[in-house]
Amino acid sequence: MLNKNPLWRYILVSGMLLLALLYALPNLYPQDPALNISATRGGVITAQTQLALEQHFTAAGIASTSDMLSNGQLLVRFNSTEDQLQARDIATTQLGDDYITALNLAAATPAWLTAIGASPMKLGLDLRGGVHFLLAVDIKAALDKNLNDMAQTFRANLREDNIRYRSIEAEPATGQVLLQFRTAEEVTKAEAALKQRDRALIFNANVEALSLQFSFSEQQIKDIRDYALEQNISIIRNRVNDIGVAEPLVQRQGSDRIVVQLPGVQDTAQAKEILGATASLEFRLVDTEGDISAAIDGRTPPGSELFYSRDGQPLLLEKRIMLTGDHISGAMSGYDDYSRPQVNIKLDTKGGVMLSAASKDAVGRRMASVFTEYKPGTEIAADGNRVLVKQQEVINDATITTRLGRDFAITGINTSAEAQNLATLLRAGALIAPVQIIEERTIGPSLGQENIELGLTAIGWGMAAVLVFMALYYKAFGLVANVALLGNLVLIVGVMSLIPGATLTLPGMAGIVLTVGMAVDANVLIFERIREELAEGKSVQQAIHLGYDRAFATIADSNITTLLVALVLFGVGTGPVKGFAVTLAIGILTSIFTAVVGTRLVVNAIWGGRRLQSLPV
Amino acid sequence: MQVFNLSQPLNFMRLKWPAVMLSILLLIGSLASFFINGINWGLDFTGGTVIEAGFSQPADLAAVRQTLNSAGYDDAVVQLFGTSRDVMIRIPLRAEITQAVVGDTVLQALNAQQAEPVTMRRIEFVGPSVGEELKQDGGLAMLTALVGILLYVALRFEWRLSVGAVVALAHDVILTLGLFSVLQLEFDLTVLAAILALIGYSINDTIVVFDRIRETFRKLRDVSTNEVINSAITSTLNRTVITSLTTVLVLIVLFYLGGALIHGFATALLFGIAVGTYSSIYVASAIAEILGISREDMLPPAPVAEDGEGAVL
Repeated sequence: MLNKNPLWRYILVSGMLLLALLYALPNLYPQDPALNISATRGGVITAQTQLALEQHFTAAGIASTSDMLSNGQLLVRFNSTEDQLQARDIATTQLGDDYITALNLAAATPAWLTAIGASPMKLGLDLRGGVHFLLAVDIKAALDKNLNDMAQTFRANLREDNIRYRSIEAEPATGQVLLQFRTAEEVTKAEAALKQRDRALIFNANVEALSLQFSFSEQQIKDIRDYALEQNISIIRNRVNDIGVAEPLVQRQGSDRIVVQLPGVQDTAQAKEILGATASLEFRLVDTEGDISAAIDGRTPPGSELFYSRDGQPLLLEKRIMLTGDHISGAMSGYDDYSRPQVNIKLDTKGGVMLSAASKDAVGRRMASVFTEYKPGTEIAADGNRVLVKQQEVINDATITTRLGRDFAITGINTSAEAQNLATLLRAGALIAPVQIIEERTIGPSLGQENIELGLTAIGWGMAAVLVFMALYYKAFGLVANVALLGNLVLIVGVMSLIPGATLTLPGMAGIVLTVGMAVDANVLIFERIREELAEGKSVQQAIHLGYDRAFATIADSNITTLLVALVLFGVGTGPVKGFAVTLAIGILTSIFTAVVGTRLVVNAIWGGRRLQSLPV
Repeated sequence: MQVFNLSQPLNFMRLKWPAVMLSILLLIGSLASFFINGINWGLDFTGGTVIEAGFSQPADLAAVRQTLNSAGYDDAVVQLFGTSRDVMIRIPLRAEITQAVVGDTVLQALNAQQAEPVTMRRIEFVGPSVGEELKQDGGLAMLTALVGILLYVALRFEWRLSVGAVVALAHDVILTLGLFSVLQLEFDLTVLAAILALIGYSINDTIVVFDRIRETFRKLRDVSTNEVINSAITSTLNRTVITSLTTVLVLIVLFYLGGALIHGFATALLFGIAVGTYSSIYVASAIAEILGISREDMLPPAPVAEDGEGAVL
């Protein structure tokens, strides 16, 4: 019969709505300000730790409830943000350095909802407060470093193969390594020898100039870039964990950018210091033969380089690098047998072999640690950012007392604080390419809360205005459209809560408001069409049937184009705008569903298949 | 209840040429304003630092300027933001000191002057390269959206309608940008999002009219193009007005209740939707007519779903 639907359709659609409602439910529960406490360096949180903390909180007049999380973390909930902040100070002083105390917003989702995987929507930083950084990785620096490494490898290889060369120098300006020889025969021999070691290498031989030019292929450059980015990301992740942030986000963006989002962090100065400290370490032998005063005058002995220590003392170091910091797998501050501060360093296998070989014949000589930092200088690059300036200093030199292996210690550090500082930077690893903050957005907690309230008010009033209008204008059919609109809102929230990547932002909330206004469009199209069909003298059942049918093509066409725009918006947008695109796209899909499928079922159930003279439309 | 109860089609196309002239004038005005006034690009595009500070008392802007002057930020722009206790400070890009610390030092300077500490509500720093890229990406996004729509409408309808639709969209975008240029409203990332959403909304409107034009062409024989377009616009007029009305309704709510951060977004969409409603009636259809759309262009008919239930998902 016309305008009657089988029962399964009703069950299916109400089932979907109920499911969406179920997954939207966690958003109704408030989020508690909480502390996330975890132990570092293999420490454990015991029941005693928990009890002691609770006592301290009670003594300070702070009410709290805590639960131990499965992975050895302690979650303490509070009634207010003030309590939370005060408790953080107490916890930090009481627990000391071995624990990380992070501010968090803990969802108060009931256990039965958590059990089915329901959780509230993720809120963007503009709604929950926190800091957002966009970091640019200096790929040029990574390429230069790799060029230098290649030059060093070539030197070693040719020496091993007994092929004489005049000079092998990296030329960062041209992105090449220039190998110069004395005879044409050596040029060909060298090229053959180097190619035999690695067929992928590309050389450009210039026999007349007695030189070989090496440059990276496109693929190699891409690999270097990817590696630099990945290494930076993992290092930043480590550092961010050291700051103590719950749910941090560290993510690649584009070819050379990294997004770092730290929810709840207000003290951006500290975060910047930790993110911005791009340190690397090199170990080199001290050249005790060379003439330092001549070097200061500019006559540096070949094979050596002039450095300065922290207190300004000049020091001649061999050009050859024994080991670079990227082989360091761990560094810890500690004390030697005489309670003097030192840093214990652990290397990876390759690093261990390298250092062992390099220090074999160097026992009794001095080894210096060269600390390299990149800081934005005063010069402005073409892209408008400040050029990063390389600052190198010798932070320590110590006599090699024995052949070094995978584990060794740097001693001669003045204070334990300095040792700790050095160890922290080393543990975080040596960055292969320096990073620079090119965008920073900090949202205070009060503004975040305010934004949520503003967004909710706007959604509420916008919704109310549309509901009243539809009921007045379309009467009973208007009420049906209103049911669809409410269903639509539930679906949007449910879907947003289900999709792990979807984040609700302030523009996203504006998107929901906009969707509310535009979602009725499909129903307006249908209802207007029904009115037209009725005006043309069609029967009531015919009018409903044709109204839905004919309006559908229009609805589909007009919404596909809008969806297209949402996709473009998602593709080019970042952060808040992406959030807007997501809600817009979800809103379009759910509104088509509720307006076309949902209202049809309701309309059919009420008016379908009955003998009627008129319709309340 | 019904907004318009029309038994006869209104002769919209009678005003075709005046409408085209009006649009051309407005477009020229907008473009002239771009060149003369330019656009008041927000932080997202220019780079620089914005600090939003909350005061416990209504803020004394002169005192804040004084404080910033003595702290070395004589180029800072200080204004109220939303309420009298909320101050927004804009500081342009500068070379000599580390950009990233500007926000922190300004807050310190303010706190040193105030009896009660100000609360940090928002600090945003955007580097110069980021803003430049955003302009390019934003322009690219608009072009991509327009070309995508051009192709889709050409495929689903006809090239004359497609050109009409895209010209109407470009018209809406340029006029909205013109409004921001004339009034020197700040153009930030949310406004860019609003303009892209506007493209989505405006095309929605246009497609509904086109759909009806196609249908009317197929239904009525021996009728002039002029009459077909008039009839199509008239029969969709109720829908056009009501949907615009509900959307404008929520946008007004957003404008007044959504907070200062959403102001630009709501303004762009409010204006854009007014222009968009006009342009889907006049610009899009008028151009299709001027380009000479006729009944033959709409044939042979695409298979229209006639089989009852089939069209409902």
